[in-house]
Amino acid sequence: MSMKETTDWSQRLSPGVNAIAPSGIRKFFDIAAQMEDVISLGVGEPDFVTPWSIRESCIYGLEQGYTSYTANRGLPELREEIVNSYKKSDNLTYDANTEVLVTVGCSEALDLALRAIISPGDEVLIPEPCYVSYQACTTLAGGVPVPVAAKLENEFRITPDELEEHVTPRTKVLLIGYPNNPTGAIMTRKDLKAIADFATRHDLIVISDEIYGALTYGGEKHIAFSSLPGMQERTLLLNGFSKAYAMTGWRIGYALGNKTIISAMTKIHQYTMLCAPITAQLAAVEALRHGEKYMKKMVAEYDRRRKLIYDGLTKMGLPCFEPKGAFYIFPDITSTGYDSNGFAEALLQAEHVALVPGSAFGASGEGHVRCSYATSIDKIAEALNRIENFLKHHKK
Amino acid sequence: MRELLELLEHDARRPVSELASMLGQSEYEVEKDINKLEKDKVILSYNTLINWEKFGDDTVTAIIEINLTPQREVGFDAIAERIYRFDEVRTVYLMSGSFDLLVIIEGKSLKDVANFVATRLSTIDGVTATRSHFMLKAYKKDGVIIDDEERDRRLVVTP
Repeated sequence: MSMKETTDWSQRLSPGVNAIAPSGIRKFFDIAAQMEDVISLGVGEPDFVTPWSIRESCIYGLEQGYTSYTANRGLPELREEIVNSYKKSDNLTYDANTEVLVTVGCSEALDLALRAIISPGDEVLIPEPCYVSYQACTTLAGGVPVPVAAKLENEFRITPDELEEHVTPRTKVLLIGYPNNPTGAIMTRKDLKAIADFATRHDLIVISDEIYGALTYGGEKHIAFSSLPGMQERTLLLNGFSKAYAMTGWRIGYALGNKTIISAMTKIHQYTMLCAPITAQLAAVEALRHGEKYMKKMVAEYDRRRKLIYDGLTKMGLPCFEPKGAFYIFPDITSTGYDSNGFAEALLQAEHVALVPGSAFGASGEGHVRCSYATSIDKIAEALNRIENFLKHHKK
Repeated sequence: MRELLELLEHDARRPVSELASMLGQSEYEVEKDINKLEKDKVILSYNTLINWEKFGDDTVTAIIEINLTPQREVGFDAIAERIYRFDEVRTVYLMSGSFDLLVIIEGKSLKDVANFVATRLSTIDGVTATRSHFMLKAYKKDGVIIDDEERDRRLVVTP
């Protein structure tokens, strides 16, 4: 018997998958990929190649025959280095044997965390604009994402009052990502303290995605949410090597948290991923042992670009708040008469500059576009010229 | 001013407006700093690193190790000066170890360079020995990889 040609395969997919909207970024990627002279401010990863000493240590490992599985939780020496790094930076004490899990990128850690914690119908508070995975992973885990809009006038920092309005008896998790993609916002100690009180008041688990933690500017230092009084136990700290050490393609990250949640995550991890690639783990060890000087150099370079692009966009009349972390700037484009999708599309067609519409990062991103300054000074300068040219000729 | 110097060292052609943005200073301040650094000889010159081979030139570069007999009062300095004043000499370093001066020479041909060493360097009073090494290929110069194949391999747009 032959299969009917009219089978609607999408009906056979899981409702969870069908409930997720495709990424708003895809369309721009398809158009931009066709263009020859496109300058992209749309890339969410460093333009640096992984520092050579880190790459070289992976090559050496391969030569020595390090090609096997590792412990599910990751190489013991890597877990030690991760724990040491937090002792040094935030005076946090984690047990390398029970409170650390090495994952395939910070993304896996996020997925595991939500799957380990969420029961069907549990609500997850998600300050927006935010990274595109937060909502999707929550939905896939059976949870209900509850977006909470952060405001430009508050430099995209979230406040307890804003969160409070969205709390219900089903609220279980607060999922924050600072320094923030796409806004470049960071939270001061005072801001975080207020959030910590809020989390305690409602007995929430806090998932804190700190993948951009190493990238802060203007003397502002990132503060690990777990380091606030009383927060370590209820916080799951997610981080990785992608942004700080320009290691996106290696897919290596980790989670730090209390041993009950970490073991639960490890359970899923051991049946799905088994372990993170040993090659990437070896490189990560080198990054933590000797990578700081390279990282600092990259941060200094991002900082110069940040000032250049902030200056440029402000001078041409696009209001934006001066980003303090990550490598994004999030100008307000409402004065042009376009919505963020329309702006990004028209700019790409007219001037061949790719950026990402703010609406891709949640409804509250509408009216903004995300520009990544993880690209060379020359390209940023040229992109600024093109945007200025666009504004001259395309105001609606 | 360190940051300004680092930026200029990397690319001396950056417009002052751009430098000012990146440093969070006014253009006037940046101009003033540059003038001062030039005056104080912290900035010695603005050079361009050129791949002459790519341009089509067939120059020969030789690295010469020179042993000297140091002179009373001036040590190695006087002989070093006699050597570095030649236009053919691109670089001169005083070294520790089995020789005293490391001299880098550029010439039009092997014969040209050999001739220069034999007639001009070896004959200087105080030069006791020279050893010439001809350079075959430059991989990296002044921090710049000559044929850098690392290019942007990233996707055009990513979250």
